[in-house]
Amino acid sequence: MNRLLIFFERVGYSITSRIHRLGTATRLFFLIIMASGESFKRFQLTMKEIYFTGVMSLVIIIVSAFFVGMVLGLQGYYTLQKYGSSEAIGVLVALALVRELGPVVTALLFAGRAGTAITAEIGLMKATEQLSAMEMMAVNPVGRIIAPRFWAGVIAMPILASIFSMVGILGGYVVAVIVIGVDEGAFWSQMQANVDFRYDIVNGVIKSLVFGVACTIIALFEGYDAPPTAEGVSRATTRTVVTSSLVILGLDFILTSFMLSG
Amino acid sequence: MSDNLINIQNLTFGYGSEILHKGINMEFQRGKVSAIMGGSGSGKTTILKLIGGQIRPKSGSVLVDDKVVHEQNLEGIYKLRRKMGMLFQHGALFTDLSVYENVAFPMREHTDLPENIIKDLVLMKLNAVGLRGAYKLMPTELSGGMARRVALARAIALDPDIIMYDEPFAGLDPISMAVICDLIRTLNDALGATSIIVTHDVAETFSFADYIYFVADGIVAAEGSPKQLMASKLPFVKQFIHSEKDGPVPFHVTAPSYNSDLAL
Repeated sequence: MNRLLIFFERVGYSITSRIHRLGTATRLFFLIIMASGESFKRFQLTMKEIYFTGVMSLVIIIVSAFFVGMVLGLQGYYTLQKYGSSEAIGVLVALALVRELGPVVTALLFAGRAGTAITAEIGLMKATEQLSAMEMMAVNPVGRIIAPRFWAGVIAMPILASIFSMVGILGGYVVAVIVIGVDEGAFWSQMQANVDFRYDIVNGVIKSLVFGVACTIIALFEGYDAPPTAEGVSRATTRTVVTSSLVILGLDFILTSFMLSG
Repeated sequence: MSDNLINIQNLTFGYGSEILHKGINMEFQRGKVSAIMGGSGSGKTTILKLIGGQIRPKSGSVLVDDKVVHEQNLEGIYKLRRKMGMLFQHGALFTDLSVYENVAFPMREHTDLPENIIKDLVLMKLNAVGLRGAYKLMPTELSGGMARRVALARAIALDPDIIMYDEPFAGLDPISMAVICDLIRTLNDALGATSIIVTHDVAETFSFADYIYFVADGIVAAEGSPKQLMASKLPFVKQFIHSEKDGPVPFHVTAPSYNSDLAL
């Protein structure tokens, strides 16, 4: 009986603490929105963060996109060839990248590269009392530190996802046209004819925008909420990657359902 | 204008069910250097946080310039904090900013001063702490003592009325300690500020503080000038000042019997 009680106590604690964290994260989100004026009034603060989260993520995004595009080209060609429609490889690569892989893989890479960096930075700023020092200087850390990073992530993500899709298509082109020898005209013309700007490209951008909000808020919250110890920051960094990845995949399914039905 | 810039009245504070301060009363006179001393975990730093409005008391109040800190809204608290400068235990310098930018930070945030004036002010503040020549360095390139001096320059950037020091001597070599002691006194007198130092370093504090509070067991165990406290017959004060191992402060934390723990 006692063990059963302990079991329920643990389950209950786990649920309530998760609800509490969700509430705290939501509160932080609204605090960021309310303190966002500074991020736009002093846009150089946001620009600096766009450089760190966006520009510094370019290498991993471009290299990954090129390989993903090449693999898509290769796999797509061998599948389409069976049905005698290997010229449609351009459409397959473009749609897969623009609709799904571009936003999703970019967000996963962003969470691993920029998200962890944001969490570790904020967590260490808290552990070394830099955030407290700022508060004691009558400067709101949410407005000065958190909000510019949030908007940097939201702005950088769709740009990175677009770059990912473009480079991925280039990777697919290299494999399909240059290496395998698919007709170049068919590759580009089928892509042009079958990729819709509104339903494919704009929906992809909307997805990456939503992922940008989710990834950045998770990274910021984990850092801001991290216990101010080495172990606390390390755990928070791990949670950023795990939570962001799961949230991205879950949101992708939800968004795709809405987009396909609408 | 009252003589006391800060009044702590019947203050009770604790984390959860654990009570740290049980009805503390303190007064900090304008223009004086006061110290709060006590053992580790006695809640000295917490008092600074209560003065700065970072935490709220369970009961009682902290008055800064006759305003009750915990009754202020965020704007009011920020207004009060602009009168304060705080030196954190490890400096808390912004690691992504240079020494110059760290000291310029409060000026950039709270004033519209042109860059040439900010530069002059930053160099003057750094000169006051003897680090004008280090303005280009990054915090990672500074020693512990230098980092604390830069943090002190940042704390006095806007000429605050109150300067709070959290363990300013912790981990410093004797020369750096003497430098910081001298700076605290000199800056306090030059700026006409009110300084509060939280520390457990007896020799340094007794050499320059005007008034000292001893905190133990959640209450003010003793208070007075360094001279009065040196002559104190209170067992706790004697044990603390003379670094005695035996006295009212036990060596062991409360625990079950040794034999039962070792299953003897």
